[in-house]
Amino acid sequence: MSGLVADLDVPGRLRAAVRAEEGDVLVVVGPNGSGKTTLLRCLAGLLPGGPAEVAVAVGGRCWTSPLLLPRDRRVGYVVQGQALFPHLDARENVAFGLRARGVERRAARDRADAELERLGVGHLAERRPGELSGGQAQRVAIARALATDPELLLLDEPFAGLDVGVAATLRVELARHLATYGGTTVLVTHDAVDALALGTRMLVLEDGRVAQEGTPAEVAARPRTDHVARLVGLNLVPAGPAGLAAFRPSAVTLSPGAPTAPSGSARLRWRGRVEQVVPYGDGVRVSVRTSGDGPDALLADVTAAAVAELGLHPGVEVWASAKETAVTRYPAGAADDAAPTLRSGHGD
Amino acid sequence: MSDRATLGRPPALLWVPAALAVVFLAVPLLALVLATPWSSLLADLRSPDVLAALRLSAQTSLATVVACLVLGTPLAWVLARVDFPGRGLVRALVTVPLVLPPVVAGVALIAALGRSGLVGGPLDAATGLTLPFTTAAVVVAHTFVSLPFYVISVEGALRSAGEGFDEVAAGLGATRWYTFRRVTLPLALPGVVAGSVLAWARSLGEFGATVTFAGNYPGTTQTMPSRIYAVYLADPEAARTLAMILLLVSVGVLALLRNRWLTTGAAPRVGTGVVA
Repeated sequence: MSGLVADLDVPGRLRAAVRAEEGDVLVVVGPNGSGKTTLLRCLAGLLPGGPAEVAVAVGGRCWTSPLLLPRDRRVGYVVQGQALFPHLDARENVAFGLRARGVERRAARDRADAELERLGVGHLAERRPGELSGGQAQRVAIARALATDPELLLLDEPFAGLDVGVAATLRVELARHLATYGGTTVLVTHDAVDALALGTRMLVLEDGRVAQEGTPAEVAARPRTDHVARLVGLNLVPAGPAGLAAFRPSAVTLSPGAPTAPSGSARLRWRGRVEQVVPYGDGVRVSVRTSGDGPDALLADVTAAAVAELGLHPGVEVWASAKETAVTRYPAGAADDAAPTLRSGHGD
Repeated sequence: MSDRATLGRPPALLWVPAALAVVFLAVPLLALVLATPWSSLLADLRSPDVLAALRLSAQTSLATVVACLVLGTPLAWVLARVDFPGRGLVRALVTVPLVLPPVVAGVALIAALGRSGLVGGPLDAATGLTLPFTTAAVVVAHTFVSLPFYVISVEGALRSAGEGFDEVAAGLGATRWYTFRRVTLPLALPGVVAGSVLAWARSLGEFGATVTFAGNYPGTTQTMPSRIYAVYLADPEAARTLAMILLLVSVGVLALLRNRWLTTGAAPRVGTGVVA
């Protein structure tokens, strides 16, 4: 395997096997504290840990036995919040990695200028980070990571803290750059849009373990964790002894009394209280906290007329039901079978 | 200030002692200004002994700052960045000269570097060099008392500049030395300048350790404070002029530096930009 092969074990924080081909964009999602940043730091070599705990190979070369220092790994790491050097202008920031590797000043600056130009911030080469907007600074940070021709590009929440419009534009541009980038990318995000727009593979972390892996489309269609279900806007409920059922909020019907199931059309149904009512698209999204053995919370997309008719406001008791035909059922346990165990399947 | 007014009047329990403190600090200086025989100031400034003492003070205090930069910066970096056993102990040791009476420092230096001292004895036997009562001894004494000020100031600046940037630099392929040179030191520069000024001021005023370890010989070890003390013993009136000269020199240098450097705030952290 020529891309990324990593078996990581950071006691108490992360235990995961990570595989990605060259050219892949592996999107890592998971709740706060699930080990996403730890994963990136492991790959960059910024966490202490010998080859016994961490095995990383990139492009067929092993980075962990002997253990390579961060500076000897061909990695570009865009940390959260950019962390541009505040005392250097954009050009010097981008040239830093080349200068540190002994590239002559003139050549390093030319390369930096070209890289800034590619990211659309060539005209800002002489500005210091304090004089750049968030979006501009993020472009400079990405240019800095790419300037050293890394085999592995690590992006930690590249759109966090940016205005919605700026993030959208940058996302489109980044997708273009990543499509031409020959190495492997690992991108950590909180946003399902990032995963679907940029990712070729998706890895879901939960409590430091891999909860699910697959293409973004597969994961989005059949989420195995509440976190991902929420990210992609699906309701996820346990169904059967070892199964899950996912359905769109638009497939949920709310009614004041227990819905009667017409013969031949089984329905999933729950009782609960309206928790939140917010405008969503051209309708209304209602969040229902269910009682009993259902899911904790359900989302239902209803019309404004239905809200008025049923008197849906926080605290009101309702029944929620979903048409069986709109529900996708799949086994829940597959995650454990699919997650490779540590140090097995290495080098395949 | 109008928004502060909404918090109510400052309590007398705070502003009365504050005013007293200002008076307490200002009155001796004012008295010195009033008591200075200004007519003889220029004549004193031209006297060879005073010039020699001024020159020696300038030279030794600058040499002290250089010694602090060369020895103190690496020490501050090691304390701020390297996790080694006994780091707390070393840091405590570094701060001891801060609370040590200068005379005690002088006696300790003689015990170590005197002709028959722990280090001075073997040094004398091997090379014939003896340190006490030389200009070099003045610099040694000054560095001994000034270094802690410098190290504490710079270590603080290095810490607040954060290890985040070190990691970013390492990820970009920088060695630790390259990172120190291009990132850590530039970001800690305000602390380095502030520490240098502190060390310089401490050196300029140093008296106790100097007279004990280096003596009070005009031309070789007599700095301005020693000169002032020597003149004071013979003629208290004349000492006022010299004291005034030293006061003017130190206040002048501080005023020059203040606008440029000493008002600089905390060093930047990862994730915040700084506009120069």
